Formats: sequence, structure tokens, C-alpha cells
Amino acid sequence: MQILQPGTWREALEMKTAHPEAVPIAGGTDVMVDVNFDRLRPAAMLDLTRVPELTAWEREDGRLRIGAGVTYTRLIADLGDELPGLAIASRTVGSPQIRNRGTVGGNLGTGSPAGDGLPPLFASDADVELASTAGTRVIPVAEFVTGPKRTALREDELIAAFLMPPAAGPQQFAKIGTRNAMVIAVCSLALALWPEERRVTACIGSAGPTPIRATEAEAFIAGVLEERDLWLAPDSLPESAARRFGELVEGAARPIDDVRGTASYRHHALGVLARRTLTWAWEAHRCG
Amino acid sequence: MRLNVTVNGEPREVDGVWEGESLLSALREHLDLPGSKNACEQGECGSCSVYLDGALVCACLVLAGQAEGREVVTVEGIADGEELHEIQRTFVEAGAVQCGFCTPGLIVASHDLLRRNPRPTDPEIREALAGNLCRCTGYEKILDAVRLAAERLS
Repeated sequence: MQILQPGTWREALEMKTAHPEAVPIAGGTDVMVDVNFDRLRPAAMLDLTRVPELTAWEREDGRLRIGAGVTYTRLIADLGDELPGLAIASRTVGSPQIRNRGTVGGNLGTGSPAGDGLPPLFASDADVELASTAGTRVIPVAEFVTGPKRTALREDELIAAFLMPPAAGPQQFAKIGTRNAMVIAVCSLALALWPEERRVTACIGSAGPTPIRATEAEAFIAGVLEERDLWLAPDSLPESAARRFGELVEGAARPIDDVRGTASYRHHALGVLARRTLTWAWEAHRCG
Repeated sequence: MRLNVTVNGEPREVDGVWEGESLLSALREHLDLPGSKNACEQGECGSCSVYLDGALVCACLVLAGQAEGREVVTVEGIADGEELHEIQRTFVEAGAVQCGFCTPGLIVASHDLLRRNPRPTDPEIREALAGNLCRCTGYEKILDAVRLAAERLS
């Protein structure tokens, strides 16, 4: 096994072109598990932890461009105010040890529907920036994750960054698991309010082949808020509307039975999470 | 391959490290530091917690080569020679050690907590130690030890 250790982004891309079989590794929280358990024996590994460009974040045309190697710990500390939904999700990732190493770039690269970082990205219509020596392309996260642990990443490409707008209103994330820490989601839900655009977005995690946007539920609740003029004169959300929103989210999920839970439990739990996160976010919006 | 790494303040150089080896394995098998324990090898149990460039990490999830040129502090580096660190003393006093397998990881994780937050609340202690499993104590004595260390250190 060969260990490739680029010191710059340019060098990383050149090494990936020369060694397309090299498995990229940053925090190692997914990759090393497979190596330790003899499930992965790549000819080469590409260590990205010495590439300073990957651990930077910046503002770009009103959005945040966050390097794929920014850890969950830093996301929470540096960007918790601007990306509250992603920060809440980040706090549910693993343990302090895991958050100190794990990255959203890794969640994207693994492409698991249970990746806690993904639903907030979907709910904010984030883009993913991919690069190779041939150039850079930016694609919507929903096009990047193509199936369970399948992504649109080409063999010669690396994940450079993700781009998402700062929160324009309250955001929430909730996750079901057997305990509060160190748990892979049974199911999860990310929700965001966009008061200026009069939109609500919601994305289901860990209950389908990819994270799933609950578009029907989004349209329904936008209609209710519009019809009752609640964006302009914020009042409590009608309970029946929150309940219906939950049912529609529940219906959008495409879960399976597995060791973490049954499909029917996931449907049920998502309805509850949807109702709760919507109510929390709406109350935060209403009460400023 | 050859690995150069500063461990507990001392620059070390070892040969014969396999490229796919974890930092945990390098510490235990090549650097003669068996304090960090090998249990789950998937980041679930925290028994191998060490500092890597000052950040608390699971050594089993760090590729040894990623530690090249970096600084590692293991549980062996927490004590001052033969003198136990206050956190180690309170673990003994509070009865927070039973079989002892999880203890090194919990010592390093508690050390990291008290360094960042000298007077943690109970929920903060629980959150900070959430990645460290203990199958003997039921955690209550561990919480006692951390509370006692916080009191004595501040």
C-alpha cells in the first residue's frame, strides 16, 4: 500500500490523476474502520490532512464556501450562528473524538443516507464543488448523492468544498437513535425556514437510499402559511397543519427494515420529528 | 515504512510500520506504548483516545502515516514521570477504575475536558465522555472522579 501525502490542493489533484485508484482519507472515521476490519485494502491512500486549502472556509457571492476538510468541531465553533441546522446536526455526530476528525467532505464522499451532515445540506440546496486536474464543477448536493453509498464523484476527482447560504431564518435538525451520542441515525430530519422567500424546506435522513427532500410537505406548509398570511403576522401554527405536515413527511420517506429499526417505525418517527421541528422552528420565528 | 512522530514530547523514529496501520497499532506495537487500549477499532469505545496536535482523537481512526511529523500525547504522557496527574489520582480515589481497560481513554478524555472547561456541569461531563465506554462502573464513579478533579484543579 502506498501513502500519498500532498501538501497543496494542486498536488492532491495531480496525485489523484496519477493514481485514480487511491482512496482519499481525511479524518479517517469511515475509511479507517474498513481498513481496520480488513474490508478495504487499497493500492494507495491519499492523505488529505496536509492540504491547507481543504480546511478553510470563506464567503463567496453571499454563500459560504466550506472546505471539505473542515471538521465538525470547527463547523460548530466557527459557523454555528450562520449554519445553525448543520451545527445541530454536527453536534449529534459521534463523540468529541469523532467530531475532532470527521468532516462533511467525508459524509459526502461516503454518501451514506445516514450521514448526519447531509440532510441540512439538502434542506439548504447546497452545492458540492468537485475538482480534478481537468477542471472544477459545481453540482447540487441532491445530484451528487446518487444512491446508498454512491456518488457522482469521478475517479480522478476530489471533493473540494460545499457551498450553502447562511441561514435566513430558524433551522432545526432532529435525530432518532438509541442514545444521545455515538449513534448512527435510525432516521433524522433537517428543517429550515426561509421567511423572505416564504419557503419551508425539509429533508429526511436515514430513511431511503439517499437523503430525501419532502417536497409535498414543503409545498403544503408553504400554502398554509400563505393562505393565513402567517409570514406577515406570525401567529401560532394551526395544530392540524403541523400534523398534516408530519404525515406528508412520513409519506415521503422510503425506509427499509434493518438492524437499527423497522421501516414502519421510521415512518412513524419521521412524522413526529417533522411536526416537532416545524413547531420549534416556527415558534422561534414567531417569537424572534 | 518509517514513521517520525513526537510522542509525549520525545521525537521518535520507527521502521517497519505497515502503510495501512493505525496510529493506535503504531503506538502499541512499534513505539512500546501500550497504555492506549485496542478494543473496538471503529471509534466507538474511546479506549484509544490520545491527543494528536492537541486535539482529542481515537488513535484507531488515524492512519499512522497521518501522524508523520505531528505531536502525539498518550495516557503515558499525562502523568509527570512517576507522579500521577490529579485526574488519575481522583479516578483511583473515587473508585472510578474497576477492570481498568477503559481508564486510559477516559483519563485522556477527562483531561481534554478540564483543559477546555475547568468547571464543567454534569451534562457537560456526560457529553465530553460520551465517546468513552465503560462496562464495569456504571459511570457514576467516573463522574465523581471528574467532579473531584475539577474541584482540585481550579
